[in-house]
Amino acid sequence: MKNTLFGEKLEEAKPIVFKKVEEYPELPISLGTTLVNKTGDWRTFMPVINEEKCVKCYICWKFCPEPSIYIKPDGYPAVDYDFCKGCGICANECPTKAIEMIREEK
Amino acid sequence: MIEIRFHGRGGQGAVTAANILAEAAFSEGKYVQAFPFFGVERRGAPVTAFTRIDEKPIRIKTQIYEPDVVVVLDPSLLESVDVTAGLKEDGIVVVNTEKSKEEVLASLKKKPKKLALVDATSIALEVLGLPITNTSILGAVAKATGVVKIDSVEGAIKETFSGELGEKNAKAARKAFEDTVVYEI
Amino acid sequence: MVKKVVSGNYAAAYAAKHARVEVVAAYPITPQTSIIEKIAEFIANGESDIQYVPVESEHSAMAACIGASATGARAFTATSAQGLALMHEMLHWASGARLPIVMVDVNRAMAPPWSVWDDQTDSLAQRDTGWMQFYAENNQEVYDGVLMAFKVAEHKDVQLPAMIIESAFILSHTYAIVDMPPQEEIDEFLPPRKPLYTLTDFDNPIAVGALATPADYYEFRYKIAKAMEKAKEVIKEVGKEFGERFGRDYSQMIELYKTEDADIVFMGMGSLMGTVKEAVDVLRREGYKVGAAKVRWFRPFPSEELYELAKNVQGIAVLDRNFSFGQEGILFNEAKGVLYNTDAKPIMKDYIVGIGGRDFTVEDVKKIANDMLKIVESGKLDEEVDWFHLKR
Repeated sequence: MKNTLFGEKLEEAKPIVFKKVEEYPELPISLGTTLVNKTGDWRTFMPVINEEKCVKCYICWKFCPEPSIYIKPDGYPAVDYDFCKGCGICANECPTKAIEMIREEK
Repeated sequence: MIEIRFHGRGGQGAVTAANILAEAAFSEGKYVQAFPFFGVERRGAPVTAFTRIDEKPIRIKTQIYEPDVVVVLDPSLLESVDVTAGLKEDGIVVVNTEKSKEEVLASLKKKPKKLALVDATSIALEVLGLPITNTSILGAVAKATGVVKIDSVEGAIKETFSGELGEKNAKAARKAFEDTVVYEI
Repeated sequence: MVKKVVSGNYAAAYAAKHARVEVVAAYPITPQTSIIEKIAEFIANGESDIQYVPVESEHSAMAACIGASATGARAFTATSAQGLALMHEMLHWASGARLPIVMVDVNRAMAPPWSVWDDQTDSLAQRDTGWMQFYAENNQEVYDGVLMAFKVAEHKDVQLPAMIIESAFILSHTYAIVDMPPQEEIDEFLPPRKPLYTLTDFDNPIAVGALATPADYYEFRYKIAKAMEKAKEVIKEVGKEFGERFGRDYSQMIELYKTEDADIVFMGMGSLMGTVKEAVDVLRREGYKVGAAKVRWFRPFPSEELYELAKNVQGIAVLDRNFSFGQEGILFNEAKGVLYNTDAKPIMKDYIVGIGGRDFTVEDVKKIANDMLKIVESGKLDEEVDWFHLKR
């Protein structure tokens, strides 16, 4: 599934590995980018949004702890499956039960 | 180096007196150091403060054990504190008191070479309307010791207190300078 | 130049103002309080636009300074004894995040029993936090120390916090003459801070205080160690520049006084060294070849300078206004360690003096000189640690 949350940045992201002490920043800041750490493969259940039931309240977007829910140009929320860990909070919070957690075949 | 010890009670301004004296000597180009006794001061309790004056930079960081000059801001301290403890042989004692030379001498454990008496409390009440004697007593110190000029004392007082308060305190110091009687013992 | 008769604490407050500090966060504690009271007065009078952050503890004071410093601001605080101990966790944070915060610590004995008097154990207990430490002998050095500390701390190769340390009451509440250069000249000496990174650079967002796994933590510790080493050079450069600009030279991390031909040297830190210099003059007049070595910077430790001194003297009397229980005086312990792998082997004895504000006088120095001379002549050290003032 194509990721649309981070766009080009995701493609540019490379894991940061320091081989020599000189390569480190002087201060312990921003040691790496989490974009390369695709936590999507941690999932057992995946959230699937039913746009017919969705009322665009964005509660799922607000509650997602990752956060891996973004809003598409048409106003509907969507899940970034590269990073969604399948915690199910969005499905639990959705007031119209528009999000279903489905067992994922791997 | 001249070492001066002030005896007062917490809240009477002995520490401020020590600082103003240092300012006055500093304005005459001397090197100075002024500090309170390193204790825990409380209002009304006996307190001491110190001033060192020298022609060269002062490096020593100890307390003063053998003062050249002792200044007593509160006459009641003569009864409770040994104000002449460690006083040098040719030392000077300056006391705020209404008592006579003989009465004051009788209460001192050690006889100074010079004794200067002034009723600083009356002067302070008259000029300032408050029984705070730290500025008037400095007039007596200037007269008895000559370590600083009275003009320098007045200048330092005006530096410390601004406006009318400074003027009044300077006037109290000047009046005390004029009224102080110095006895050679 | 403006000369003022001010207390050590006021000297610190003036220095913070003249260094154009941007943020002060502090909590009152005797005998430090008059530093931050004076700064509050500058702000109330409109003499300074320092942002003052009142906080509920010293731990929060340092936390606020860390936040301010991470945005690129010049941050300052002051504390003493128990307050410094409460800051301890945050001290590691400041150095670990490489933030050039400057703090004045007024040396005060740790309780219990309660004491408000001079004692170096509070600051020396922070030895391993990654802060630089400068011990001031007098009010002038408190003032100069704060100005220099910012310049050293903010140097691109250092980026570490610094502590300027003054004695309770002996400096903090003692009025003495302090020479303050004109503001324009201070501004030239100490231009605005140029941080390597800031939290407010929104085009280049960073996270400060990230996690480092065992694969990376080690290298960041090494970087601090190297920065401390580098700080020695920077301290000497800045001290030299300070001397050229303002006439007071600080290019030596150990100030030597009449040590050229000395057989015995008294070595110590802080205000007691003023009294020691006075005593050296007295002893010299009596024919004794003695000198004084004042350790200005304890962190980074001036090992090379100590070696140069130690190889030419017979005995070093270390004056420790501090103690590490279960071992010995802290300066003594450090100095012995520095010399172990060298060919400099003077006889060294540790005198525990002035703890908890016990007065340390010229007479005391003379007694120590006599004791040390006997030891050097006989070559026999009677005991390593002497609780000198003990009532026996």
